[in-house]
Amino acid sequence: MAHDTHAATHHHTSMGLDSRKMAFWAFIGSECLLFGSLISTYLVYKGRSLVGPYPHEILNIPFTSFSTFDLLMSSLAMVLALAAVQRGDMKQGKLWLLVTALLGLVFLGGQFWEFSHFVHEGLGLTTNLFGSTFYVLTGTHGAHVTIGVIWLLTLWVQALRGKLGPANAMTVEITGLYWHFVDVVWIVIFTVVYLIQ
Amino acid sequence: MKSWLTTTDHKRIGLLYFWTAFAFFLIGGLEALIIRAQLVRPEGIGVSAETFNQLFTMHGTTMVFLALMPLSAAFFNFIIPLQIGARDVAFPRLNAFSYWVFLLGGLFLNASFVAGPLFGAGQLSVAPDAGWFGYANLTSRQFSPGPNVDFWLLGLQILGIASLAAGFNFVVTILNMRAPGMRMLRLPPFTWMTLITQFLVITAFPVITVALVLLMFDRFFGTHFFLPSGGGDPILWQHLFWMFGHPEVYILILPAMGIVSEVLPTFSRKPLFGYTVVVYSGVVIAFLGWSVWAHHMFASGLGPIADSVFAGTTMLIAIPTGVKIFNWIGTLWGGQIRFTTALLFAVGFIAMFIIGGLSGVTHASAPTDLQQTDTYYVVAHIHYVLFGGTILGLFAGMYYWWPKMTGRLLSERLGKVHFWLTLIGMNLAFFPMHLSGLLGMPRRIYTYSPDLGVAGFNLVSTIGAFLVGIATLVFFWNLLRTRWQPVNAPANPWNGATLEWAIPSPPPVYNFTVIPTVANRLPLWQTERHGPMAPLPERPPAPIHVPGGSWWPMITAVGLPIMAVGALSHFLPVVLAGAVVAIVGIYGWAFEPFEM
Repeated sequence: MAHDTHAATHHHTSMGLDSRKMAFWAFIGSECLLFGSLISTYLVYKGRSLVGPYPHEILNIPFTSFSTFDLLMSSLAMVLALAAVQRGDMKQGKLWLLVTALLGLVFLGGQFWEFSHFVHEGLGLTTNLFGSTFYVLTGTHGAHVTIGVIWLLTLWVQALRGKLGPANAMTVEITGLYWHFVDVVWIVIFTVVYLIQ
Repeated sequence: MKSWLTTTDHKRIGLLYFWTAFAFFLIGGLEALIIRAQLVRPEGIGVSAETFNQLFTMHGTTMVFLALMPLSAAFFNFIIPLQIGARDVAFPRLNAFSYWVFLLGGLFLNASFVAGPLFGAGQLSVAPDAGWFGYANLTSRQFSPGPNVDFWLLGLQILGIASLAAGFNFVVTILNMRAPGMRMLRLPPFTWMTLITQFLVITAFPVITVALVLLMFDRFFGTHFFLPSGGGDPILWQHLFWMFGHPEVYILILPAMGIVSEVLPTFSRKPLFGYTVVVYSGVVIAFLGWSVWAHHMFASGLGPIADSVFAGTTMLIAIPTGVKIFNWIGTLWGGQIRFTTALLFAVGFIAMFIIGGLSGVTHASAPTDLQQTDTYYVVAHIHYVLFGGTILGLFAGMYYWWPKMTGRLLSERLGKVHFWLTLIGMNLAFFPMHLSGLLGMPRRIYTYSPDLGVAGFNLVSTIGAFLVGIATLVFFWNLLRTRWQPVNAPANPWNGATLEWAIPSPPPVYNFTVIPTVANRLPLWQTERHGPMAPLPERPPAPIHVPGGSWWPMITAVGLPIMAVGALSHFLPVVLAGAVVAIVGIYGWAFEPFEM
């Protein structure tokens, strides 16, 4: 609002913030309510399963700690990818975009293994309230990671085709916002579901 | 035709929203009239219980999600960019996407009226029938085995996407696309109320989305989120629904409050009394709107502490609302009032909304509310706030902005007939419901006994409802007349103060020949402190680039109902086909060159 007297230019915005980025912050705010509702549902139903398996019998903290570490490292790779794209180093940019996506894939692989292991142990979606709330909450998060991986790979392919450069740094930055948000949500889920049983 | 299908012009999208929402408004109104016809006398006129359930469910769902919200959206689309001095919204294609998703979601929901044969239901209509707030466990597969509730939960998920996309779009548009000098506290009150509404949309809709997804899992995959048989709690549905549902009430009323805050100053020739206080009251209402949801649930036995807290917050919300009402009256006070149709509707809004607000305060008291829950008293309340409030406010906006939107003046004579018929009709229809409710008439019953002693009140309600129906036809005729017997509107027919009146009616595709620089809150008025701004040049000094159309928003939108149809018929390939359509649409959209 300090720019009152400036004429409107092509990229001028009233708040001085890129419109796409602002929209994404609004989207993230909205997503907080989405995950907030799912996490609340999980907490409301905690300890109210009528039959087992119960969380402490089945959750594998060391394994999921590895997945959590993997996702945290993917956020680091995302930071490096954005920094590389911003300074125009597309070789590094391509590398780190791919690394971020692959670390995301490793996380998804871990989730796939965890889900199939749980089903094998007798915890299905409809077995009890723990199963229902657990699968819907972590599954929604996994769907977000999947979308993020597809998005990152799309950017990577664009970079390979030479269509991604410092001019598109904002696109990469927004991808990063999404990716870090999904990571932060996982930290909350890991804490609420796995660590505080 | 093609130019309308691919349009990204906020003005055209606004008109599309208007006509689509108006059509749904007529359908919802027709449902109401059948309901009232059935209740005209004890034991009814032959509407079956099943049909009656479908009618009141679809009436509520249609009016809230397909008529009132999108009629407000028609004004957001058409008016907001003009009021803030912008050439379009921040994301024109996302705007088109919102419209198509809304249209398709509405068609999907209403297709349930004729989809029975596809499901071997033995009857034509399989419309949703569990009430517009779809309480568990009535919505469980056990008690609602047909596709009725599936239509409802899938349709509302689709419509939620439209609202969310529009929410992000308008938050960014209002914050980021303002003309130079248009500071936040120079925004017209309608723009302010829209901004607050959109914040409520983007925070409230995720909550109902989660509720609907959990219900979907219960119905499609056999979970027990809301089913006691598996340890689930039906009350959780009520919490999630009303955590959305109460902010939704303010999503419905705040735009109307914004419209009234535009109409009253224009026709009193006075600035809005206490503009800043009106704005901040809107913000306070939105915050408090998030802390009152459990007053819908007093009858579910929350305990004395929760009851007291929610009774207290609910009564608190009457304060900022009352502040606004006094500011509106203060605006009229001592003004040079012109009793145009728009002003009549705005004043009608104030009066009717006060009645609805007062009965609302009576619900806030938990012991009183227990007497009122699920009676016609509640039906009276909701109709005084949503018809007497929102719809009268929206009608005020239609008479006020129709000349700007179409370049044609509505007939004031027909407008006044419309107003008085509506006002008399709605009071005849809804006021007796307070009394029949207090006498013990439950809502949502398809017949009642003559011994209940409410036959007279119901007869009057039905007469009133049909008067409202006639009034709406008068309005429809008035709209159509502007096509057949046009009276051209000047740029500023009402001597309004805000930027939309600085440009021709209807506005050219680029809106402003030159983006205006705003120096005060009432740029077109001569006030004690400043003169009117210099008129804008008639022709743009340089060619103005206007973004072209795009097919991708519509293609992406088409994917959603396809997925819903797949889910409805339990046929995975159709779900996947819909997803593919949506994904193709998103990629086409992302890689399409689209110059802003």
